[in-house]
Amino acid sequence: MNIIVCIKQVPGTSNVKVDPITGVLIRDGVQAKMNPYDLYALETSLQLKEKTNGKVTVISMGPPAALSILKEAIYMGADEGILISDRKFGGADVLATAYTISQAINTIDDVDLILTGKQTTDGDTGQVGPETAEFLNLPHFGYVTNVEVKENKIEFISNLETKIMKANITLPCLLCIDSDINTPRLPSYKRKVKFGNCEKQIKIMSFNDMEDQDETKYGLKGSATQVEKIFQPEKTTDRLVLQGTKEQMAKDLLNVLKERKFI
Amino acid sequence: MALKINHNLVNEEIAKTLVDICPFKAIEYHDNKLSINAGCKNCKICVKKGPAGVIELVKEEIKTINKNEWKNIVIYADIEENKVHPVTYELIGKAKELAQVINHQVHVLAIGHNLTQTVDKILHYGVDKVFIYDHEKLEHFDVERYTNIFEDFINKNKPSSILFGATNIGRSLAPRVAARFKTGLTADCTALEMKENTDLVQIRPAFGGNIMAQIINPNHRPQFCTARYKVFNAPEKTINPTGEIINCPIEDKWLKTNVEILEIINKKKEEDISESEIIIAIGRGVKSKEDFDLVFELAELLNASIGCTRPVAEAGLLNNKHQIGLSGKTVKPKLIITLGVSGAIQFTSGMKDAECIIAVNNDPAAQIFDIAHFAVFGDIYEIVPELIKIIKEGKSNV
Repeated sequence: MNIIVCIKQVPGTSNVKVDPITGVLIRDGVQAKMNPYDLYALETSLQLKEKTNGKVTVISMGPPAALSILKEAIYMGADEGILISDRKFGGADVLATAYTISQAINTIDDVDLILTGKQTTDGDTGQVGPETAEFLNLPHFGYVTNVEVKENKIEFISNLETKIMKANITLPCLLCIDSDINTPRLPSYKRKVKFGNCEKQIKIMSFNDMEDQDETKYGLKGSATQVEKIFQPEKTTDRLVLQGTKEQMAKDLLNVLKERKFI
Repeated sequence: MALKINHNLVNEEIAKTLVDICPFKAIEYHDNKLSINAGCKNCKICVKKGPAGVIELVKEEIKTINKNEWKNIVIYADIEENKVHPVTYELIGKAKELAQVINHQVHVLAIGHNLTQTVDKILHYGVDKVFIYDHEKLEHFDVERYTNIFEDFINKNKPSSILFGATNIGRSLAPRVAARFKTGLTADCTALEMKENTDLVQIRPAFGGNIMAQIINPNHRPQFCTARYKVFNAPEKTINPTGEIINCPIEDKWLKTNVEILEIINKKKEEDISESEIIIAIGRGVKSKEDFDLVFELAELLNASIGCTRPVAEAGLLNNKHQIGLSGKTVKPKLIITLGVSGAIQFTSGMKDAECIIAVNNDPAAQIFDIAHFAVFGDIYEIVPELIKIIKEGKSNV
């Protein structure tokens, strides 16, 4: 079984602020990491690989620094990695990102299954997976908690709002894997020693490698949405500060709760 | 619009300034050449704040569309087994405000089976039209079938904006339909506004940080967005609804699918914090699982539910069904008390609309205080036990 897992590099923390004077974004230096939700998809793929004697290819779109998460995935057990990276892909919104990923997947032969995490921790949208499926003209299902391979289809369980659905889906397809459904393995030291920089395992795909050579479908040009402005969220102006001794603060707090009839 | 580097203006010092100014590390300087890499998010800070004229914005020819051809605001009715998810009504409420600005109507699209009674309920929220696609094969959500139906609906009605609830169904269907029409989609909007030119202004937290982005879809229609439950308010019900019901014909070829449902199981009803009136939210300031007992005791005294931030859930200290924020639940209780929560936007965008926010944190600079109504600058390990003590005393005195 030929499995593709889409992964993304995200900032290590969510501490980004706007400098009130210069208006410049300040990001602290904490290192970027693999989106934690992708780990569950990756673990699912590695378990399927073991059961079906398959192959796992991890794909990531991002700047050259994202190579580190592809290496991490290979140390965990993935066979190959593809970094989709080109200046022409910069500034992509959901639409352009999904289109670019679908173009990259199109260059791979005999794909049976594509897995994604449920969302990323930086964008938090969870929309790139389903849009990619649409561009690939493949069926998809979200919030998948269990996957079993049955000949040319997959039996899965999906966590809907108030129901749990058990269903079959024909291959090839794309599944967005829910979080907390397995315990992702750690990168193996043996594999790290064996593959090192993964030069043979990872290839970089740029605009020139894509089938569709229409530049207006990629990056900023291919994005339908535009960020008009960014701003810091408003602050509450009429807040009351309680301070003093712990007894004083607890008493004031109790009064607030009583006044508002919470007690 | 694209960024262009005027290389004749670049020297080493200017290059260094630009490399440093980019919050996404997208500007590189190698071998005396300045370049922008794929990390560029087009925030334009290098244009606005960098050395003048070095990086500039180049306008490009853009295909424009006739926005007048696209009319009305559509809500996708989120229906599971003929139950309407209440986010649908909240979106109707918002859509009515937005539609007033541009003199559009508010329409609802309902897909399912035996929808008559369901649609009757929706009409009472005062919408202009409800379009129904009713078929036994549409009884359960099927993303391929529903996308085909949506395609037909959009082609025939040309709506300007389409709003989805950010439910598990909405998050599957909205991107699928948006991609089919190669148009923009903004997920989990926390505010929506309407421009007179019918551009939907979509506001959401962005770049994974403590900042908000205002997003528009200037050259594409329809405009797609999702919003979560408990972000907007449902309108008052009308006693005599005047909305029109339109039954839409269905073609067999739309009903092909690759998914075969085997079984649908009702979830065990579990405590849903988004329905709670009082919530106590635990942040990283509460250090260990043992300390949670203290918080649980206070919660019991106040009859409150327990919520938490993402780090607490990720550390496995609480189940993620307690998690509040962008990757958890959105809540709008009458009271929320946050204990040791720093207030990253990831969290606050999921609770900032609570009627009363009491924040306890020993760091007066914590961001949570920016949205708190009552800011308690103190140590939770001192205040919580004291508060428990005096609440108990008060109860025993009655």
